[in-house]
Parts: sequence; C-alpha cells; structure tokens
Amino acid sequence: MSGERGLHRRGFLTRGLAAASTALLAGCDELSDQPWVKRVLDSAETLTRVSQRALLSPTALAREYSEADLAPAFRANGSTDPGDPDYKAHAAIGFADWKLGIGGLVEQPLELSLAELRAMPSRTQITRHDCVEGWSCIGKWKGVPLSALLDRARLKPDARYIVFYCADNLFETGEEKDKYYESIGLVDAYHPQTILAYEMNDQTLPIANGAPLRLRVERQLGYKMAKYVMRIEAVDHIAGIRGGRGGFWEDLGYEWYAGI
Amino acid sequence: MEKREVIYRHSGTVRITHWINVLVLLVLLMSGMQIFNAHPALYLGAQSNFDAPILAMGAMQEDGDTVKGVTTVFGHSFNTDGVFGAATDAEGNVDERGFPWSVTLPGHRDLSMGRRWHFFFAWLFLLNGLAYLLWSLGSGHLRRDLAPSGKELSHIGASIIEHAQLKFPKGKEAKRYNVLQKLSYLIVALVLLPLMLLTGLAMSPGMDAAFPLLMLGGRQSARTIHFITASGIVIFVAVHVFMVLISGVWNNLRSMITGRYAIEPAEEKP
Repeated sequence: MSGERGLHRRGFLTRGLAAASTALLAGCDELSDQPWVKRVLDSAETLTRVSQRALLSPTALAREYSEADLAPAFRANGSTDPGDPDYKAHAAIGFADWKLGIGGLVEQPLELSLAELRAMPSRTQITRHDCVEGWSCIGKWKGVPLSALLDRARLKPDARYIVFYCADNLFETGEEKDKYYESIGLVDAYHPQTILAYEMNDQTLPIANGAPLRLRVERQLGYKMAKYVMRIEAVDHIAGIRGGRGGFWEDLGYEWYAGI
Repeated sequence: MEKREVIYRHSGTVRITHWINVLVLLVLLMSGMQIFNAHPALYLGAQSNFDAPILAMGAMQEDGDTVKGVTTVFGHSFNTDGVFGAATDAEGNVDERGFPWSVTLPGHRDLSMGRRWHFFFAWLFLLNGLAYLLWSLGSGHLRRDLAPSGKELSHIGASIIEHAQLKFPKGKEAKRYNVLQKLSYLIVALVLLPLMLLTGLAMSPGMDAAFPLLMLGGRQSARTIHFITASGIVIFVAVHVFMVLISGVWNNLRSMITGRYAIEPAEEKP
C-alpha cells in the first residue's frame, strides 16, 4: 500500500505548499506595511551607498557615448508640462526674465539669468539616462557645472547637501509643498559630470525634458536629475525639509542614494 | 542481503545555506517581478529601443473595445490575457502590467517597496552565496562532491536515459550525487547565481561608472540576461523540486534538514 500512502503524502505536501505560499504572500504584504520592516529593509540602502562610495572614486566618470549612440527620441518622464502659473508665464517668453536663485548656506547668494548661466564655462556630455523603471536613453547635455556655481556662491563650511526646488507638481495640487524637489551630497555636487543643463541634443532644453534648467547626476538614477530647477539651496541636513527623506520620490519611499 | 543504511549526507553549511537561499531567491524572484512590472519590456544594448523590444508584455486593443493582455517576443505577439500583459476584472477594469500581482512582492503596484525587498535580499544572497562558495572551496566540497570525474562524464548518456525513465541509483551509487546532479548543481552555483549578481550590478549606474568593463554589453542587455538567467533558475527549481518529490520526498527532505539520508539496498537478482 506504499503507493497510496505516497499519493496521500504528495497531496498533503501540495496542499501544504499552496497554503504556505499563500500565507507567505499575505505575510510579506503585511510586513511591507510595518515601519520596522521598512527600517530593516532600508539598512540595505546604507550598505549599498557605503559600498559604492568605497568602490567608486569621487571623480570616476559615468561612461560617455558618441553622437552615433544618441537615442532617436529621448523619453520624457514624470512631469512634461508644468501647470504652475509662474512657470507658464516664464515659459511663454522663453524664460527671458527668469532667474535661478542660489541661497542657503552660502557666503554670496546669487540670482543668475539664463544668459548669465550660458556665459559661464560649460560642459557637454553624452550619457545614458537610467530610469528607476528600468529603461535607458542616451542623450547629449550641455550645461554649467554645478561646482562652478557653488564656487561662485562660496559654500559655508557647514553645508552638507545641495537641495533643488523645482516648478513641477506631479500631484497637481497647486501647493508649494507638493512640488518636485531633490537633494544630493557634496560628493555628487562637485562631480565633474554634475551639471545644470540648458541644452539637450544641441537644442535649447525642451519643456518636456525640464526647461529652462535640469540637473544631471550621471552616476545615479533618473529621478535624482530634477527638471524645472528654479532654486538651489545649500543646507546642513535634509531631515527638516518636507517629507524629510531628501526628495519628491524619496518621500514616497524611494532611496535617497539612487546609484543602483 | 544488503541492509538499509543511514548516512550523513549534507553538512551543516550546505543545509543552512540551502534553506537561506530558498527564502532569499523566492523574495528576489517575487520582488524582481514587481520591478520588471514597472517597465515590462526587454531590450539589447546600452539603451531601450522602445519600438522594438525583444520581449514586451502589455495591453493591446483588439477590434472594437476589448483590451487583451499580449506578450510579444521578437516581434511575434501571443495572447496571454489574464496571465501576462493585462487582466480584466469582474467590473471590466483593465489592469495593465507584466506579471500578475498575485506573484509579485508587494502584491500590488509598488516599485519602491519592491526595490527595498530586492536590494536587502540581494545583500543576503551575496553573503549567503559567499559563505557557501568559500566553505565549498576550503572544505573540498566542490572537488569531492560536485566535480564530476572523467569516467562519470563519459557515462553521461546512460545517466540521462536512467533519469528519463525515472530510475534512481540505489545502494553504493546512491551515496554520491550522480553526474547530472553534479553538473546541474555546479552550473547553478558557479554560473547562474553569480550571473544574477553580476547582471544585477551591471544595471546600477554607480557600478557602471566604477567598473565600465564589467557591464556585459550595456544596461539593457544586462537587464535581459538578468531576466533570462532568473527564468533558468526557475526552471532548475521546478525540475529540482520534481526530482525531490519522485525520488523519495521524505528521505530527501530529511537529509536537507538533519543531514541524514537513508540508502535503500541495491536490488538483488533472484
């Protein structure tokens, strides 16, 4: 009768496995909602950041490509046409009287027009834009190195992060606190490829891709590269800003260090 | 007549790392499908040629208003409605995604949590895998138990036929892995699992800047190889579990829990 017993056991095992996997699924979903689970899972971000920083020299460049590699159509993601009235007014006249504000923990707060930014030394780079969703597009960017702006504004010694405040509001609530923002540390802020781009593929930066100015942080994912940058602030910590995690997507649960 | 004998088959390290790997790979697979669902298409090269993915899952409008889940592989479309691409619920709402939410972690669209689960368990996977590989090299497990001899390799045809007939070795022969087991375990431990880690890292813009030469044909190729290798591991696990079930499930399970494995006596000729 071993055959029958075997069958019985097999049925038991199958049912057991099915029950276990259902419990596991439900359990993991429930776990995902627990704050302590989030904290434990978050520890991996620190491990990843510290390891990548150890492996990656502060000046190591992201790979640069050739003109032949440019994507036929560079995908625009997130906001593609901000509805903010001030922004729309500036866009209507080609950002002619728009100014980038630089403030916070700096010795010399600045207000710079697009013409002034364009008159500064520039950097041009053809790089791969990696979206957190999984796709990639290669584009050509020209802009002012962020380091040049920070040198002009002279960071105070206690500045640790650079925060970028943007014009777009993905929630379309019209409220200042829901607008896009991002932050990076000084390692990335002074990286040679970190620029505020005003040109894409040899054209004035289109609105869909972040006109008048978008950040490029080439060793991290696309959501770090804030579009529609209006104001830059040097701060000593990011915990007190909006959701406290250092960026629009970060406040919704994404990693602040987006090198992976 | 030979007696039934109980041997000590699996060392503590093998047993512990095996079960950690079961849990870790399950979480990585489920959270990996969540991440895939954020952009359920695969490409070759550095970037995404959106017009010609080599694999894509999505909703496609049929004649009239019906929307169906479709999977496209190398330009050939297959109706995979309800499984891959899209499913329609009782109220007629179309849910466009890659894999069904019943097999992803979390069980609804949540890329950020999927990434958190994935990267945390990727670290566990790395540490567990390193512990296993270092121990296997140091203790001689790789050489003694997994490396097939020339003689075994030359008899691989006979072993394949025996497996196809679901005949399993008994007596002395059952004390060691057979040549097909050795080869499949070696391929999984030394090729597929390390390749998962490498292709995973190759998708990271940070690692890409640190090691430009290791990037396996570009981020999108790496993502595609990551997907195919994961599928290979799923197929391995399916075959592995099937073999465990039909070659003495309790004996096999016990040996991977307590280490002890019963050897049935070789059949005697009448």
